[in-house]
Amino acid sequence: MDIHEYQAKEILSGYGVKIAEGGMAYSPEEAVQRARDIGGHIWAVKAQIHSGARGKAGGIKICKTHDEVEAAAGALLGKRLVTHQTGPAGKVCGRLYIEAGTDIVKEMYFCFLVDRSTERIVMVGSAQGGMEIEELAENNPDAITKIYIEPAVGLQDYQAREMAFALGLEPELLSHAVKTIRGCYRALRELDVSMLEINPLVVTRSGELVALDAKMGFDDNALFRQQKISELRDKTQEDPREMAAADRGLSYVGLDGDIGCMINGAGLAMATMDMIKLAGGEPANFLDVGGGASAERTEKAFRLVLADKGVKAMLVNIFAGINRCDWIAEGVVEAVKKIDMKIPLIVRLSGTNVEEGRRIIAESGLPIITAETLAEAAEKAVQARNEAVAKEAAQGA
Amino acid sequence: MAILIDQSTRIIVQGFTGKIGSFHAQDMINYGSNVVGGITPGKGGQTHLGLPVFNTVKEAVREVGAEASIIFVPPAFAADSIMEAADAGIKYCVAITDGIPTQDMMTVKNFLRRFPVEQRMILTGPNCAGTISPGRAMLGIMPGHIYMQGNVGIVGRSGTLGYEAADQMKRLGIGISSSVGIGGDPINGSSHRDILEKFEADPETKVILMIGEIGGPQEVEAGIFASKHMSKPVVAYIAGLTAPEGRRMGHAGAIISSAGESAAEKVALLKELGVTICPTPAAMGETVAAVLAKM
Repeated sequence: MDIHEYQAKEILSGYGVKIAEGGMAYSPEEAVQRARDIGGHIWAVKAQIHSGARGKAGGIKICKTHDEVEAAAGALLGKRLVTHQTGPAGKVCGRLYIEAGTDIVKEMYFCFLVDRSTERIVMVGSAQGGMEIEELAENNPDAITKIYIEPAVGLQDYQAREMAFALGLEPELLSHAVKTIRGCYRALRELDVSMLEINPLVVTRSGELVALDAKMGFDDNALFRQQKISELRDKTQEDPREMAAADRGLSYVGLDGDIGCMINGAGLAMATMDMIKLAGGEPANFLDVGGGASAERTEKAFRLVLADKGVKAMLVNIFAGINRCDWIAEGVVEAVKKIDMKIPLIVRLSGTNVEEGRRIIAESGLPIITAETLAEAAEKAVQARNEAVAKEAAQGA
Repeated sequence: MAILIDQSTRIIVQGFTGKIGSFHAQDMINYGSNVVGGITPGKGGQTHLGLPVFNTVKEAVREVGAEASIIFVPPAFAADSIMEAADAGIKYCVAITDGIPTQDMMTVKNFLRRFPVEQRMILTGPNCAGTISPGRAMLGIMPGHIYMQGNVGIVGRSGTLGYEAADQMKRLGIGISSSVGIGGDPINGSSHRDILEKFEADPETKVILMIGEIGGPQEVEAGIFASKHMSKPVVAYIAGLTAPEGRRMGHAGAIISSAGESAAEKVALLKELGVTICPTPAAMGETVAAVLAKM
């Protein structure tokens, strides 16, 4: 789960990380009021969306008058911002963070994340800030310092000092830097943070170390014990279909293709989508219905896939292990009858009680296309999709 | 032989008397696995499915000589159960539980590393379907009947995709020595590489099918191991060709978050390392068959 910059800053501030003065705004008027409260002559109006690289997408505006703040806020609120992290659909900005302008003398990159190779927390820093870490890793990998944390003893001061020197900080800032880094690490351990990025971390003209941006991601598996973090969820930043799926215990990811999918198991789901692609089609979604695909669950999954109006054909691929093909078949037949499907449906069943499952589909009298193998299922789905598109075109003409 | 388990392995079930634990314990017994009891703290002394229930894993090791364990404990308590098993002297543990926090798994891995190698419990999972040595024993939740006994080792992250592979092979008359699910989580007990090492040492296994997916470094690490230390051919399929960057595809670990983690990149690296790639997920069986035919 991701949170907004202002939420991350509020959390980190509680752990001793210095942040610039700022406040939230949901309207241009509020934005001006926040700027007045903060005082000074320069403000940053920052779009709060769940993505990095907001600056490049025009999501951060530096303003020198209250009128500029108002205009910037008006332009950003409700705007759809597209970054390389949001995908082409972008994310709509519904909240702003108004922050006091910072007089920067030095920008650095700093983050903590879980390193899957060593199975440890790794601290990553670079004296060259402001850039995306991916760019830096490509252009100047030697400028990046990585320090691995031993889980049993946690982050040590010498490691924080090592990072501070790697960031190129002056000795006067050393104790402040250690406090900042330790604070971030404590937040990470106590709150089940999976990724914490401060980019840039800056030294100000007045000689302070300030987190100018902050991004935090949390381990979804740990949210059960992080009640306060769960409450920070901003549902407007998430795909409504994915949320609806999650509420029903289904795992769904919307994609750009037009062949809808319902599969049990994440690996088989990915493999089936690969097969569709290799057969010349494009999957409309990833959908894992899990192990116990009951009739009720099957119907919910069907409704979810078909809610995407771009779907031209639907492929069901179930390998029954714990569950049984006959139960799945009954669920599918029931769902199709209830929903009144208008698009072709391809069903491939395999595993426990497969003959019985196929018989139920065959005897249902419904126009369901069946397939025995994964390859056949994908080919038939692509063919049905192509026929449906051709028919639509003919009707349109 | 087969790896990790056979018909003589004495198995206990942690989370024995719960609904899921009971269902799968019975299924494993029906398959012929040597289940000798189970653990449910507070229910020690009772009998369940005709087998003794113990309060602690230590008791089960002492009383019935438990060697392997399977965990059906809810996510919040699963890490604790794994560490209890390791401390009690269990040699091999399968964690089925899906949803264990990453930091808990970091603690588990760190705990396991404190044991000398020869005393260290092997863990596979969490978030996996378990391990099966067809015709001998099943320590998992898979449909046992789809696996035929034979000479191909399978290691994979996904449950149902592993079933698909076993099914494709059975249709071609190819059997399996052992099939090991390592699970879909970012931090897991054993890696692809760890299991390849076991298959390399198993005289019964001739070819290994590795079923990987997007995210993390394990498939490529396994490929490097295979190219340097293995005499047996490795065949691989990497799922997630169509997965967009930065999106989690069901499994907690199935996310492309840095360079080298996409299916295309992994396939390219594995090819360079001499691993035979299945061109499609529908061709896992035939690719293995072709490799076997050349031996």
